[in-house]
Amino acid sequence: MVPKIMRQGKLAPWLYLLPAFLMMAVFIIYPTIATIRLSFLDNTGTNSAATTCAAGQPCWGVFENYRYALTNPDMLIALRNNALWLLLMVPATVAGGLFFAILADRVPYEKLAKSIIFMPVAISFIGAGIIWRFVYDFQSGGGAQIGILNGIITGLGGSAVTWLSNPAISNFSLMIVGVWLWAGFCMTMLSAAIKNVPSEILEAARVDGANEWQVFWQIMFPTILPSVIVVSTTLSIIILKIFDVVYVMTGGNYGTEVIANRMFNLIVTNTGRSTALAVLLIVLTIPIMIFNIKRFRKEEASR
Amino acid sequence: MRPLSRLNLFFKKVPVNLAVIIMCVLWIVPTLGLFVTSFRTREAVRTTGWWTVFAGTPKVLGTTEYDTYCASCHGNDGKAITAADLSDANVVSQYPSASSLLVMLRQPLADGTAHVNNPALPENTKDAIGTLSDVTSYLQTLSGQKQSTNQFTLKNYVDAIVGYKGTQDYLSDCEKQVTSTLAVYKCNASDILNSAGMGSAMINTLIVTIPATLGVIFLGALAAYAFAWLDFKGRQWIFALLIGLQVVPLQMALVPIAQLYTQLGMQSSFLGIWLFHIGFGLPYAIYLIHNFIVTIPRDLFESVYLDGASHWMAFRKLALPLAMPAIASLGIFQFIWVWNDFLVAKIFLTTHPVLTVQITNLLDPRGQNWHILTGAAFLSFIIPMIVFFAFQRYFVRGLTAGSVKG
Repeated sequence: MVPKIMRQGKLAPWLYLLPAFLMMAVFIIYPTIATIRLSFLDNTGTNSAATTCAAGQPCWGVFENYRYALTNPDMLIALRNNALWLLLMVPATVAGGLFFAILADRVPYEKLAKSIIFMPVAISFIGAGIIWRFVYDFQSGGGAQIGILNGIITGLGGSAVTWLSNPAISNFSLMIVGVWLWAGFCMTMLSAAIKNVPSEILEAARVDGANEWQVFWQIMFPTILPSVIVVSTTLSIIILKIFDVVYVMTGGNYGTEVIANRMFNLIVTNTGRSTALAVLLIVLTIPIMIFNIKRFRKEEASR
Repeated sequence: MRPLSRLNLFFKKVPVNLAVIIMCVLWIVPTLGLFVTSFRTREAVRTTGWWTVFAGTPKVLGTTEYDTYCASCHGNDGKAITAADLSDANVVSQYPSASSLLVMLRQPLADGTAHVNNPALPENTKDAIGTLSDVTSYLQTLSGQKQSTNQFTLKNYVDAIVGYKGTQDYLSDCEKQVTSTLAVYKCNASDILNSAGMGSAMINTLIVTIPATLGVIFLGALAAYAFAWLDFKGRQWIFALLIGLQVVPLQMALVPIAQLYTQLGMQSSFLGIWLFHIGFGLPYAIYLIHNFIVTIPRDLFESVYLDGASHWMAFRKLALPLAMPAIASLGIFQFIWVWNDFLVAKIFLTTHPVLTVQITNLLDPRGQNWHILTGAAFLSFIIPMIVFFAFQRYFVRGLTAGSVKG
């Protein structure tokens, strides 16, 4: 706690806090309120969203923009894709990161190996999008395939695949980019947790005849579970807002649309719908926000 | 350890090593492909996969096309028909371009059969010219008019820096005084900063990133000091609120702030984007620095206070220097974050494209300019990569220190 001797008037603390508070008020709190307000207005933010209802069509009154967000066919695809990212890509990335953290722990060149997996975290999503557009490149016509995936496939006698424009696979192609980008982040977070598991306990279990599989699931995993949860929630928040990768690789076409990309595309043309999508994003974030605050308060209490 | 058991141990480790190495290779190959491609000529990129550079001498451009259409009659060396010796420079120089070659090939031979018949050339003139341009080049190599060119080049980087969008390359266009290129470029050093290129984008990114990083450090450290060592009402609650603010999606702010900036005449200004990045960076910045400052032993603060130092002195002379590791972590994290940002720059800095935005401007949807795009992408990686490898420890700490960022 703050030492008594350091208390210096009521004003001093606010001089230190004011600049930061002002910035956060202007750039986070005010826009959040304004965005919620705009989401109930029409495409230019002048009239109520209810006025945009077309005669004879279903109408949700002032919630008309939310009707768009939750029932429009394009949005249904976006919602499905965000769910796919959260349910497939996040677990795959966390598992991949954990798997690599455990393996790398056992080789002498651990540092180098980890740097390689971690490196994509330092490059931009746009750059990663370019890297992978090139991996997935498809050349129509009879010319040579210059993307490595199609190069391998045609080299083995197969026919080239349109990885990014075939709606059946394009989503998965994009998710692989996500795994490539974020596995290093998960690995780094989980690696620290793994190193904190006391090696005596692991050794004791091995001496007792447990195999590596049992050691992992019965001792290591329960110990690092809190870290796994933190990593998963952190990644979920990032993935919920996934935008750049989709924007640069498919532009949201071929069944790859996501909420944030739709939101971006509507910013200029329809502020009502665009802000409704932003509100949708924050509503989906709130459970994680509450979880984080609760975790913080628990940590504070245990200090 | 006995040699045998050491051997045993080695074999026990083989699967682990294999798995680690395979994953590393999978992770590095996409970036490697980009890197290799950025040094290959336009023709080489277009005609062969980048991995072929590891497979010894590459095929000369047009070899495949020549073998398909010409070799059956003219022979592999072009000398099979004496009346039309393709290794003779005088014969070949009559057809300097693909179109002149096509006109000749479209005429039937003396016996009335088509000149190229097994297989026939593409019907479509455009496709035929596309094929023949490679054949033309091959014939020039065959007849010794052209040295078989090196497939590696630095021209892609020049093209990326100036933002060249033509069909040849910037340097040779300037040399030949191509009109369409002269309309955009001056062909002197000032082109490095051409607004369509990665050179000017690099400057813009630096202008955005440095103040946005320093600003967040300064304001964040001030507030973190107050949270750690000053007493005020609601301290606990406001700090918990900060944890919540960290995860507010920045999408929430885009429309209202864009409207605000338009009203203030600040659209597409550097000031606007600095303030936005600082505002959204602060919750995490305060949190990270606070967690470090709070661990400084209180005796130190008590002693400087007894010596009569003010809070400002304690902040500057004690808290700031001791919090350097946390500040470095935050600074490097924020630097890379802002450097790699696309969305904020795309919306708030439309007339001064940063690197990420400029790359998307160079993107050709048909995938015909990979040689430039790969160079451009690599230019945008250089600085974050250097920072990353030089300060990896701090970056990791900045990334993992606590919670998350909007």
